[in-house]
Amino acid sequence: MNLRRIGTSLIAPAIGLFVSLAATAIILIVIGASVSTVFSSMWNYGTSPRAMSLMLNLATTYFLSALAVSIGFKMNLFNIGVNGQYVLGALAGAVVASNLTLPRIASVTITVLVAMIVGAAWAGIAAWLKVARGVSEVISTIMLNFIAIGIISYLIVRTSIGTETSLNVRGTKLIPESGMLRGVALLDPGTPIYGFFFISIVVGVGYWFLLNRTRFGFDLRATGKSATAARTSGVQSNRMIIVTMLLSGAVAGLVGLPYLLGETGTYSLQFPTDWGFTGIAIALLGRNNPLGIALGAILWAFLDISSGQLILEGVPREISTIMQGLIVIVVVISYEVVRRYQVKSEQTSVAKALEKQEATV
Amino acid sequence: MTYLKSRRFIGAAFTAITMLSITRTITGNGDLTSTVTIAQALVFASPIALAGLAGIWAERAGVINIGLEGMMILGTFGAGWAGWQWGAWAGVLAGVVFGAIGGLLLAVAAVTFGVDQIIAGTAINLLALGLTKFLAILLFTDAPGGGQAQSPPIKGDIPTYTIDAIVTPLTALHDKAIFFISDLAGLVAGLFYHLSLLTIIAAILFVMTSYLLWKTAFGLRLRSAGENPWAADSLGVKVVQYKYTAVVFSGMLAGLGGAYLSIASTIYRNGNTAGRGFIGLATMIFGDWRPGGTAAGALMFGYIDTLRLIDTGNQNVKGLILLGAIILFAIGGVMLRKAKRNSAIGFLVLGSVMVGAYFSASSFPPEVAQVAPYITTLLVLATASQNLRPPAADGVPYRKGDHH
Repeated sequence: MNLRRIGTSLIAPAIGLFVSLAATAIILIVIGASVSTVFSSMWNYGTSPRAMSLMLNLATTYFLSALAVSIGFKMNLFNIGVNGQYVLGALAGAVVASNLTLPRIASVTITVLVAMIVGAAWAGIAAWLKVARGVSEVISTIMLNFIAIGIISYLIVRTSIGTETSLNVRGTKLIPESGMLRGVALLDPGTPIYGFFFISIVVGVGYWFLLNRTRFGFDLRATGKSATAARTSGVQSNRMIIVTMLLSGAVAGLVGLPYLLGETGTYSLQFPTDWGFTGIAIALLGRNNPLGIALGAILWAFLDISSGQLILEGVPREISTIMQGLIVIVVVISYEVVRRYQVKSEQTSVAKALEKQEATV
Repeated sequence: MTYLKSRRFIGAAFTAITMLSITRTITGNGDLTSTVTIAQALVFASPIALAGLAGIWAERAGVINIGLEGMMILGTFGAGWAGWQWGAWAGVLAGVVFGAIGGLLLAVAAVTFGVDQIIAGTAINLLALGLTKFLAILLFTDAPGGGQAQSPPIKGDIPTYTIDAIVTPLTALHDKAIFFISDLAGLVAGLFYHLSLLTIIAAILFVMTSYLLWKTAFGLRLRSAGENPWAADSLGVKVVQYKYTAVVFSGMLAGLGGAYLSIASTIYRNGNTAGRGFIGLATMIFGDWRPGGTAAGALMFGYIDTLRLIDTGNQNVKGLILLGAIILFAIGGVMLRKAKRNSAIGFLVLGSVMVGAYFSASSFPPEVAQVAPYITTLLVLATASQNLRPPAADGVPYRKGDHH
């Protein structure tokens, strides 16, 4: 039974991968590129030690973002605001870290806490609007994303928080080396694996534990499955909404840190601002399961990184974005088809069992 | 009913012009109601309005369309690609068709397969973004005047109309700075200054939507698919068919909005939509899933955007702050009369803070205006969301025979 469930939950991603590879192959044929050359070039570069390191680093970011989204998903809350939460968290973290001259562990801990608090606070606005004023979090978080971007551009362009960093890009003051978490060179001597790679594993385990082994996690999942049933059994749904959004926002606050503390050391106007949307897609692929999300994040990062050298074959690297989009859409459709098939087969097996019973009576 | 409605409309318009006029008089900033400002605001508002209208169509049939952004992106691309080769009208057509393809994809995923609609829409946004960036590199890089991220210029133009007989005297009247009259003159003149045929088409689509969805049997059936599809089905309404029609038409409208953007900037450019699909969605909610309110929301976004971008003397944003304060005071007054003391105090305090800001700072950075529409939307939602009424079965996957 359990084996069968695992089997069916793997079918959908397998179909998604297959269909998107097939569709990509068709696109490549249409534009006159060699399918085998493109795929082998992606594979060869993507599996080199350097690319693998880059991939794990990027996957760390994606993993955290998807976790933040999926905490909300578990309770039918759609946190589209991870973007706004993490950019503000990263900016606040960058400002604080650049002014600290403490031992690494203290400095990084403070940075992490600040980023989480800011992310949670920004998500808290959406939570309050939902609970107190009945505003859908889908629309309020979208608005809050735009507002966050405006605030950041104001702070960096017009206040002393921003300085000229390099190449005419304004950003926060550089974080001293003692405040960075560059990581360890495991696979490739020139490309360390972010310290946050290991931290994100801890966060993932914590997520699993919280949801599956605590009273709070049970309430959260129960509310997600049926809000009315949960309310009847004594779960305070408003409190759950607030706590869930705050948690989601706190994890979202971490999303920018691997890159900030592992790479740039400054939050500049060039800091990526759309990792939240990637997180939504990966949470969907991984079905809100930390292991599934980890696999999804690695796949996503693999496509991003391995397409980096495709231009040498005369193919735009955006082919990977198309593949990602196709994978998501085919996988969500297949999940639904598989689910319907499961429901149907369950119904027929129950009907059969009942028939047998009636026959014996 | 219609009499009452038109009276309310005239009342609202009168109030709006009065507030604008007060602001203009205090600030002495003629730009706030000038012909050019209004004309430009229409250009900025139209794509957002079309996206909002697209949202109305889909959601009235019970399908949340968060893929509007993606469908708009497809529209901008279609317009750039076809417009560059065969002219502006071909571009408009291609934008609509590309948007329709996005709509069809959403319909297949959300209606046929019953996938969570927000999830399906998010996937479409991703796909559209990747596909257009990819195709832009392939098709535009080596084209003369094109680049990796933008198409060559769109050939030809969509006609725009200026009626000098109206614009010239009214603009002169506007410059006289008479309370109310000059502002009204500026507003009216703006409607006849470089008015694009596409804007007129957008306005017609709004009127057509009000009529089709609320005055015909077709519209009643379509809306019933969004309110209670099971009941509609029991009465013989082909729910799936209506949902498909609505979502594909929604894609066409979003695509038209995208095409409008490309035509207005004469090229397709990566990222030209800049979240306008999402803003359209916000205006739809702002407007309570109805065309009139949605158009008003889009005009607000367009107006604020215009003032921010033509802000030469750094005074427009300041004017906006005062305007915002006056509006807040007005709402606070209404709340007081309705005996909603707590809300009233909230609005009056917020209004006073803005008045204080207005008098203490000599100018405001453009970022204030950048975020103003979003904050306004949040404020509107926070105060009015109890009165907003989305379609009852909005976002609920429907399967024939599957009762809830």
